[in-house]
Amino acid sequence: MNIYVLLKKTFDTEEAISVSGNQIDESGAEFIINPYDEYAVEEAIQQRDKNGGTVTVVTIGDEDSEKQLRTALAMGADDAVLIDTSDDLDEGDQFTTAKILETFFEGKEADLILAGNVAIDEASGQVGPRLAERLNMPFITTIVKLDIEDGTAEIEKDVEGDLEKIEVSLPVLVTCQQGLNEPRYTSLPGIMKAKKKPLEQLELDDLDLDEDDVEAKTATISIFLPPKKQAGRILVGETGEQVKELVSLLSNEAKVI
Amino acid sequence: MSEKILVIGELQQGVLRKVSYETIAAAKQINENVEILALVLGDGDLQQPAEEMIHYGADRVITVSHANLSNYTSEGYGQVIMEVMEDEKPSSIIMGHTSVGKDVTPKIASRLELGLISDAVAIEKEDDQVVFTRPIYSGKAFEKKVMKDDGLLFATIRPNNISALEPDSSRTGDIIAKEVDVKDLRTIVKEVIRKKTEGVDLMEAKIVIAGGRGVKSAEGFNALYELADLLGGAVGASRGACDADYCDYSLQIGQTGKVVTPDLYIAVGISGAIQHMAGMSNSKVIVAINSDEEANIFKMADYGIVGDLFEVLPLLIKEIKLEGALVS
Ligand SMILES: Cc1cc2nc3c(=O)[nH]c(=O)nc-3n(C[C@H](O)[C@H](O)[C@H](O)COP(=O)(O)OP(=O)(O)OC[C@H]3O[C@@H](n4cnc5c(N)ncnc54)[C@H](O)[C@@H]3O)c2cc1C
Ligand SMILES: Cc1cc2nc3c(=O)[nH]c(=O)nc-3n(C[C@H](O)[C@H](O)[C@H](O)COP(=O)(O)OP(=O)(O)OC[C@H]3O[C@@H](n4cnc5c(N)ncnc54)[C@H](O)[C@@H]3O)c2cc1C
Repeated sequence: MNIYVLLKKTFDTEEAISVSGNQIDESGAEFIINPYDEYAVEEAIQQRDKNGGTVTVVTIGDEDSEKQLRTALAMGADDAVLIDTSDDLDEGDQFTTAKILETFFEGKEADLILAGNVAIDEASGQVGPRLAERLNMPFITTIVKLDIEDGTAEIEKDVEGDLEKIEVSLPVLVTCQQGLNEPRYTSLPGIMKAKKKPLEQLELDDLDLDEDDVEAKTATISIFLPPKKQAGRILVGETGEQVKELVSLLSNEAKVI
Repeated sequence: MSEKILVIGELQQGVLRKVSYETIAAAKQINENVEILALVLGDGDLQQPAEEMIHYGADRVITVSHANLSNYTSEGYGQVIMEVMEDEKPSSIIMGHTSVGKDVTPKIASRLELGLISDAVAIEKEDDQVVFTRPIYSGKAFEKKVMKDDGLLFATIRPNNISALEPDSSRTGDIIAKEVDVKDLRTIVKEVIRKKTEGVDLMEAKIVIAGGRGVKSAEGFNALYELADLLGGAVGASRGACDADYCDYSLQIGQTGKVVTPDLYIAVGISGAIQHMAGMSNSKVIVAINSDEEANIFKMADYGIVGDLFEVLPLLIKEIKLEGALVS
């Protein structure tokens, strides 16, 4: 099986966010593999080990994205592709990303593409379905179970807590939800091996794409932090009194009950 | 053809989800002078939901009923929505950012090479440009987004953020049943296992009572259910509580669970991890009940009670019953 994983690097979930000059300040921030994409890498490896084939991890990013790709290789992926757009593009949106990926996948004959449910930074969840549609592939989002047999995928999809059992023939694109698996930690031998694994680097030119072909359809005009919350009120006194006060505040001051 | 905005009503087990009405209000914020056309799709008789869309402000409704729409599939819904778009040529399309909306809108946007702004929480007009605000970085920041050209405006809105209009049951409008041959579905939904509890939908609830590891057992959650029932709210949970099997994962709120924006969020025995906050930090009023005065959740809370939840909850239930008795 030809298995592909779409991987995005994102801010570490614990990072505090600051804004400078209408942009998220990235200086000094730690980057990680988007947590949902870790489920995708893990699932890809497990499916390969069961069904044979290779796992290729693809990211659109900059030269620093090599770090997250090496981590995926250390987990057990076979190949990695870094599409570096930093020299060619200043702006992009989900259309841009999907368009670049579509071009990359031309002629690739993927059997299974795994993406994350959302990227935790911009969190649109668009990229997976957008790509599948361009490749004329069915897609199933937020999956929590995947069994492949004889070219058919039996899938369990999380629907806001309910579960749907779905059947679909390969090729298919799926997006991964928490609960699908437990991503493995990288081991020292894995990390050593990953250093020698192939990592292909591409730019837009290599995909025969121009800036105009991938021009974003949407634009961000400003970025701002939520207004600082005023310090909350910690109630005092006997528990019974606190509860009385709380109910009174909720109905008279906040007017929410 | 005159200008119109298309909104999509979403049925859940035959009943319209509240966010469907919110899409109408959103459409009015984009342009209050054009026709609001609603699409309601499903399997069976759609007359009643169609009328409700009109009561909530839609001017005209197209219904599409087909056996292949009884379960959502992106292909089935996609075909219908694109056919209606083709016929009606709306200037904007608004849908809820729900499991269904999240799934079908990027498919359509991609097929038609359109921009799409997902998960908007506010809409404004600045110099005739429509500006959408959406949370990014798990709600730690916001961005304002616009379409770059003046083609179709396409967006999904987060439930519970744009208030629906007051329904007016005297409003009338055309309801047109449209035939669409929904076919060639490659994905087959074989079974749907409902795990969600009956009652108020967590994502649309105005009041959420959420429990964490501090609740200590599945039985401990009973008090939360009682409180939620009293207040007409829904019960949610932290991942800590779900991992410990006190409740089903369908209740999980946070970065990997549901995102909720209720008027009142009561966090009971929840420490307030950053990944939990990602799912509830935009709630209008937050109450924290926690025995540890250093707990992070107090930084986010409007009102806090430092104390043992097993003592506080029964008192709170009693007090609210009393209050209810006074009011009525
Ligand atoms: C040249 C360029 C410039 C950009 N400039 C900006 C900018 O100035 N400001 C800004 O905020 N954003 C910028 N972006 C990022 C872009 O707006 C989105 O972040 C990106 O399209 C992914 O969308 P999302 O975060 O909503 O991901 P989602 O759609 O939520 O991601 C879902 C899944 O899609 C896959 N995926 C997403 N992104 C990638 C990727 N890059 N590579 C591989 N797989 C991926 C992953 O599997 C991920 O889990 C730029 C992108 C490009 C290509
Ligand atoms: C990638 C990733 C994604 C995640 N996604 C999510 C997510 O979507 N949602 C989520 O919730 N978490 C998520 N987490 C987990 C998160 O980091 C926390 O571990 C989790 O939220 C903790 O749950 P908790 O607050 O219930 O438990 P704890 O942190 O153990 O807190 C329990 C609290 O109960 C209090 N308590 C104990 N006894 C009592 C008592 N008798 N009376 C009153 N208070 C009491 C304690 O003081 C404590 O503050 C994620 C983590 C990662 C790494």
